[in-house]
Amino acid sequence: MVRALALSAALIATTPVFAEDGKEAVTTFTLDNGMDVVVVEDHRAPVVQHMVWYRAGSADEPIGSSGVAHFLEHLLFKGTDTLAPGEFSATVAANGGNDNAFTSYDYTAYFQRVAADRLELMMRMESDRMRNLRLNEEDILTERNVILEERNQRTENNPRALFGEQMSAAQYLNHRYGAPIIGWMHEMEDLDMDDALSFYQTHYAPNNAILVVTGDVDPDEVRALADQYYGVIPANADLPERVRSQEPPQTAERRLTFKDSRVAQPYVQRSYLAPERDPGKQEKAAALFMLAELLGGSTTSYLNEKLQFDQQKAVYTGAFYRGVSLDDTTFDLLIVPAEGVSLQEAEDAMDQAVADFIAEGVNEDDLNRIKMQLRASQTYARDNVDGIGNRYGRALTSGLTVEDVQAWPDVLQAVTGDEIIAAAREILQPEASVTGWLMRDDEVTQ
Amino acid sequence: MKRFLATLIACLVALPALAEIEIEEVTSPGGIKAWLVEDHSIPFTALELRFRGGTSLDDADKRGAVYLMSGLIEEGSGDMDARTYARELEALAASFRYNAGDDTVSISARFLTENRDEVVDLLRTTIHEPRFDQDAVDRVRAQILSGLRSDLTDPNEIAGLNFAQMAYGDHPYGSEGKGTIESVSTLTREDVVAAYEGVFAKDRLYVGAVGDITAEELGILLDTLLAALPETGKPIPGKANVTIPGGVSVVEFDTPQSVALFGQSGIDRDDPDFFAAFVLNHILGGGGFESRLMQEVREKRGLTYGVGTYLVPKDLASVYLGSVSSANDRIAEAVEVIRDEWARAASEGVTQKELDDAKTYLTGAYPLRFDGNGQIAGIMVEMQMEDLPIDYIATRNDKVNAVTLEDVNRVASELLDPDGLHFTVVGKPAGLETTN
Repeated sequence: MVRALALSAALIATTPVFAEDGKEAVTTFTLDNGMDVVVVEDHRAPVVQHMVWYRAGSADEPIGSSGVAHFLEHLLFKGTDTLAPGEFSATVAANGGNDNAFTSYDYTAYFQRVAADRLELMMRMESDRMRNLRLNEEDILTERNVILEERNQRTENNPRALFGEQMSAAQYLNHRYGAPIIGWMHEMEDLDMDDALSFYQTHYAPNNAILVVTGDVDPDEVRALADQYYGVIPANADLPERVRSQEPPQTAERRLTFKDSRVAQPYVQRSYLAPERDPGKQEKAAALFMLAELLGGSTTSYLNEKLQFDQQKAVYTGAFYRGVSLDDTTFDLLIVPAEGVSLQEAEDAMDQAVADFIAEGVNEDDLNRIKMQLRASQTYARDNVDGIGNRYGRALTSGLTVEDVQAWPDVLQAVTGDEIIAAAREILQPEASVTGWLMRDDEVTQ
Repeated sequence: MKRFLATLIACLVALPALAEIEIEEVTSPGGIKAWLVEDHSIPFTALELRFRGGTSLDDADKRGAVYLMSGLIEEGSGDMDARTYARELEALAASFRYNAGDDTVSISARFLTENRDEVVDLLRTTIHEPRFDQDAVDRVRAQILSGLRSDLTDPNEIAGLNFAQMAYGDHPYGSEGKGTIESVSTLTREDVVAAYEGVFAKDRLYVGAVGDITAEELGILLDTLLAALPETGKPIPGKANVTIPGGVSVVEFDTPQSVALFGQSGIDRDDPDFFAAFVLNHILGGGGFESRLMQEVREKRGLTYGVGTYLVPKDLASVYLGSVSSANDRIAEAVEVIRDEWARAASEGVTQKELDDAKTYLTGAYPLRFDGNGQIAGIMVEMQMEDLPIDYIATRNDKVNAVTLEDVNRVASELLDPDGLHFTVVGKPAGLETTN
């Protein structure tokens, strides 16, 4: 059991939730069956968020069944031996709470926000549907139509989303991150009961799950309830190891153009294959995080200053790095050209600016400003314990440990300008990149 | 038997007390009023400043001026140009967010206790000495134009604008607050300055503060920030005439899924029947998975990913809106189901169980809203703008619980107008055509 704060110090302070150094009030432990538990306390309001995260996302799906992780997420709201279809959410609502769920590449998570004294009811129902899901064919057919409409809404109706799918598919030669979380339409149309139940039986078990409880709760009480409801579920001894096919060395620069009559504002996106945060070894990821901040994270970032203020070639620039990921992730650059600037000119200007940034080295004032903001964000984060809980859930389903999460702020503060430039030189390689142009369909490629 | 057990527990356990939110009215030495919740557990403060008027203050031929101004206010002040200003703000690790809506312009600030005085000084120059440099005007204008071009091919935006034009005509609500490509292209720095002078004034100011600050400290802060504002701003336009004819209008757009925005005239926030209408809306289409529309359109028929309805009581008009998206070959069925449910609720009303469930949810979920300093500051400002008493939070659930089945069903028959419901459908909907 790891306790992130000294309770004795906390009890003396006028604000009992937090230790005097202002750390987050996080308690973690593991049940006997292997289920991890994270508790984040905030006693300012009598509210609790109860979440269960599964180490199972779209990248864990079998080949040919893209979208089944997300489909199953929808189906978990149907029924169990003791709950009729829809009764789960109806019961949460009848208790004045909200509930929902979400799926990503590396995780599926279910949550309820409700009055703190309803925690036991939430645990009873959530632990029930961890093993006792019951589906009928009608549920499958109706809910499959719902996810097809969800894909229509999120993706088919949005050329930027369709473009993003093509970018990912081109980036990943061999890894499942190349398939969209919601699934490819033609595979979603064929998902059936067997696909859903097979994924459920393989992945939904306490030793593949993390319980995250945040809000007005006592960690000892959470532990007692968790033992009672989740602790009695046997671990799945056959839980498969999470091994996905990995990327081979990427040796060929890829380019694509995506044309759609609905595109009003063309832009250029570039992605590079990049390492993710690894347990006990987050330094390179921290350098990439800072690189994204320095290049495109704010008004004063380098691309913004050069391309919007100085050269006026862009109306928007950005740099993004998604470090929490089980396997290799991406580092992304984006430029939306100013009127009259072609996509080629915009791309060239962006590449030149990145090259200049690397040649000039990191400005220490800029780096210190970002570090100051990161320190402040730890204070602001305490106003939103649900956000802290989400951070743990994402990390623990993506191969990181509690210690990694707690070390991350210090790892970020320790990053040097030289490390950032070294990371940029190493990762921003054309051979491992995809460059995409989003265009109107009547636009001529120069 | 677990099913019954769960239900039983839900009935027996009384709903929890509301969060202890003690609101204090603070009047600064200079006479500026604010509502404050002191909470010293985290060393930062959230400050919400809201000015009534919003983009509706635009002159017809200067549409988009208030919105452009709100985007420019952070582009330099005093002796700092945009880049120097941004560096200063980032170094203080504070955030100032600006929002220009139909009825208000808001400034949402968040700052640490350790450098509060410096942040307040920066915010003071932001409000009182914005530069509106010509290069910043041009740069931000280009960003807005880029967004407006994207809106032209976004089915949700197309639906919203078409519905607004139909419902509000020449009133400012009938056009896009961001302006049009034509109007924004011709706005000048002088227009921006005029918008600035019209928006920020004491006669339309509402303030909420939450966090690590005392009443005395807040009083001084308010005078520093706001005492020098002019007494009065630009006159706010009159009420809009809402004209929503029943029927369907189809806006042809080549996309696989049709987006439908539907609505009818609504009910004012200060109407004695507002709470009954609020509960009714929850049951019909506002209440997430449990609402009738969600059950009928999504859960039973799989016609959509989401359908919802919203009472929209704005300052100058009240409407009742909803939205749904379905594949082009299925949207007609979704529209039919929604219209049928509208008619069923109008003629048959709701059941006692639906009313009880709605009350349990609405009263139980109310405390969940107060989940952060910024949210609480925003809620307090809304309460002031709606002229609610300072103890409203403690009495609000009683008002919900006081709604009777007779109230809801009377309001359902009076408010819901199935024949007056209009659907604006953007896409290539099979089996739907523009009526009349």
